[in-house]
Amino acid sequence: MNMLIYLIPIALLMGGMGLLAFLWSLKSGQYDDLQGAAWRILAEDETDERKP
Amino acid sequence: MTCCTMDAESVLALSTTSSSAEEVRLASQPLGEGLRQLDLSVPDVHCGGCISTIERALLTLPFVKTARVNLTARRVTCVYQEEIETRATDPSKILAAINSAGYRAHLFTPSAPENDKTRNQLLLAIGVSGFATANIMLLSVSVWSGADAATRDMFHWISAMIAAPALVYAGRFFFKSAWNALRHGRTNMDVPISLAVTISYAVSLWETVHHGEHAWFDASVSLLFFLLIGRTLDHVMREKARAAINGLARLAPRGALLINPDGSRRYIAVEEIAVGDEISIAAGERVPVDSVVVSGESDVDLSIVTGESSPVAVASNSEVSSGAMNLTGSLVLRATRIAKNSLLSEIIGLMEAAEGGRARYRRIADRAAALYSPVVHLLALVSFLAWGILGGDWKQAMLVAVTVLIITCPCALGLAVPVVQVVAAGELFRKGIMVKDGSALERLAEADTVAFDKTGTLTMGSPRLVGVDTMDESATAIARGLAEHSRHPLSQALVRDTETAPISFDSVTEIPGGGLKARNGADIYRLGNTAFAGGTSFVPRTADSPYSEVVLSKNGVDLARFFFDDTLRPGAYEATDRLGAAGLETLIVSGDRQTVVDNTAHALGIDRAFGSLTPKQKVEECQRLNGQGRRVLMVGDGINDAPALAAAHVSMAPATASDIGRQAADLVFFNERLDAVPEAIAVARRSASLIRQNFALAIGYNVLAVPIAIAGLATPLIAAVAMSTSSIIVVTNALRLNAFGKRRDMKIRGGIGRSAEVKAA
Repeated sequence: MNMLIYLIPIALLMGGMGLLAFLWSLKSGQYDDLQGAAWRILAEDETDERKP
Repeated sequence: MTCCTMDAESVLALSTTSSSAEEVRLASQPLGEGLRQLDLSVPDVHCGGCISTIERALLTLPFVKTARVNLTARRVTCVYQEEIETRATDPSKILAAINSAGYRAHLFTPSAPENDKTRNQLLLAIGVSGFATANIMLLSVSVWSGADAATRDMFHWISAMIAAPALVYAGRFFFKSAWNALRHGRTNMDVPISLAVTISYAVSLWETVHHGEHAWFDASVSLLFFLLIGRTLDHVMREKARAAINGLARLAPRGALLINPDGSRRYIAVEEIAVGDEISIAAGERVPVDSVVVSGESDVDLSIVTGESSPVAVASNSEVSSGAMNLTGSLVLRATRIAKNSLLSEIIGLMEAAEGGRARYRRIADRAAALYSPVVHLLALVSFLAWGILGGDWKQAMLVAVTVLIITCPCALGLAVPVVQVVAAGELFRKGIMVKDGSALERLAEADTVAFDKTGTLTMGSPRLVGVDTMDESATAIARGLAEHSRHPLSQALVRDTETAPISFDSVTEIPGGGLKARNGADIYRLGNTAFAGGTSFVPRTADSPYSEVVLSKNGVDLARFFFDDTLRPGAYEATDRLGAAGLETLIVSGDRQTVVDNTAHALGIDRAFGSLTPKQKVEECQRLNGQGRRVLMVGDGINDAPALAAAHVSMAPATASDIGRQAADLVFFNERLDAVPEAIAVARRSASLIRQNFALAIGYNVLAVPIAIAGLATPLIAAVAMSTSSIIVVTNALRLNAFGKRRDMKIRGGIGRSAEVKAA
């Protein structure tokens, strides 16, 4: 019974971490080009950014 | 593998998509620190190979900082430096680089990114409601498995605390829409949803406060979760198509070279051109505003403006309308109207006026809601009163009423339509057809008459050599040698459709509005229209025939005559055939000459063909057919078709269509073949029947579940399981559309003209 006091907050915290991870991925534009992302996995190197 | 292959015609077209550095700079947005961002539409990107080819090609340019291809929207976002070591860079090299990699690239102005924001908000809402659902379910399972009084209360309180913000945040889409509908005296699907969610939360809270056994927090949150999935799918489908359609080439030019009174030239935006301004238009550019020719001679291509298939010669004082393509010589024009009053804008006005017919269309989901929600509310009210009066326990009555509201909540109904439409839109997308929104699919399934435009739709708008009339065998070789020096569509057709080795000449000059003139020793050859080639001595043989005629003369003597016809779009026969076989009536409405239109109609076996129609007459023809109770699918591409596209019950346009033609159309097909039309109808009809099945499943579920709820036998567990099961069944049924698409021999199925009637119980 007493362990619920720990377990429920832990469960909520872990769920909340999942939610935050989702929010972050959404904000960083990871869902903007789903088709392109599927193909980019196959590309050998990242070509979109020029090395300084 | 068809990916990344280009046909000869698109390679030819590459040379005409050049833009000046000023125009490109005008189209890009400043980012600060000397950087600018350029957004380009690249309609040909298909695969991962395309992505890396384009990105690599751009990054080899020294002034390009970043380049990123978005495959979903078929766009390239490129950030470049305005100047390197104090020298201004030439951003038109970006387009040139993409062109030389083998892709067409077009400038476009990104619309406000608001649309994407809605999608992100919806995804956020799904995330939040999903999180809440998962956690509350966890607690609920503990309660169901026998948590006792104090623990149960605590679990209920935690659930209530998780549910409250989730409901407010994720439910606001439904609350807003429901409130909006109620305020205007209407009802829609969102009204019962909002009611069920808020009432069940309120009752659950009341129960929790009074140490009740049951609470429905899990039901109200998971309901929102499922409904948001449907809402998001609906939204994503619409946005995906819209982005791809809007991102294509713009027909209207964004600027022109203004000639100042002192002779200096300056590139200005179209909106800044005033009446009386003189502008210079080079060969290959489009005319930005309605104007008259001040100096210069040329041929203009009006096919996209009026549907007239052969180019028209213009000289001093000729009027040219906006959107016309200048073909052979450069022109100086004086603007007679500003951009806002030009032909393009007039057509847009006509289009808006014509859209009335379509605006009255109500989506299937809304029609279902109109029947469904009063029934549900009545059921809940009746069971509340019946339990209260007969049983005397008003608290129990309230619980039963809430259970009825939850169990009948249109979760499956809310998913029934969008899931099918998203699957259908994905299926069509793979076939190269974009659907603007779900209601277009519903309307397409109902179409029973197809009206085609001719130029650019049934035909490619590019001429083809169909006959040579000559006594001299070498005439073709001479003509071909001449034609190779010109960009006129007839010359290009002559080169493409003849196989003899061309003869070379000492000198060749192109006379705009006439044709080509060449010297070979003492002989003068002329290739062009009758007046140019032979002066007044030649009589055109094709005054009222459907063909365009080109004459070759040597020192004023008639040598050969070439006849041209417009090429039929690939798949045009098959398309009209399949439409006929499926019981759809076909007709042609065109702005081209009647003889030309009759010729095309004859070739395709279409009985009814109307030629020389103005945009307004096309609209009237659509409305006349509508008046006869027919549902017209209009297929067209030009500016002159746009009002009719907007007026018809549903409309389709090829991707090569004018900008406003694509805007007006409900569906846009990217492949060249006209087969897209019957294929789209087949998928639309299939999805209409799947939607009907889904409604039947959802209603069947209600028929089973409602009596249980009214009898007061439903526990929260049963309600939750039943609700999820019905949703999953509906989704699984929708996925059957994929299997249908994989079958080779697709036939148009389903009842003709039968609208998807919804009988909600």
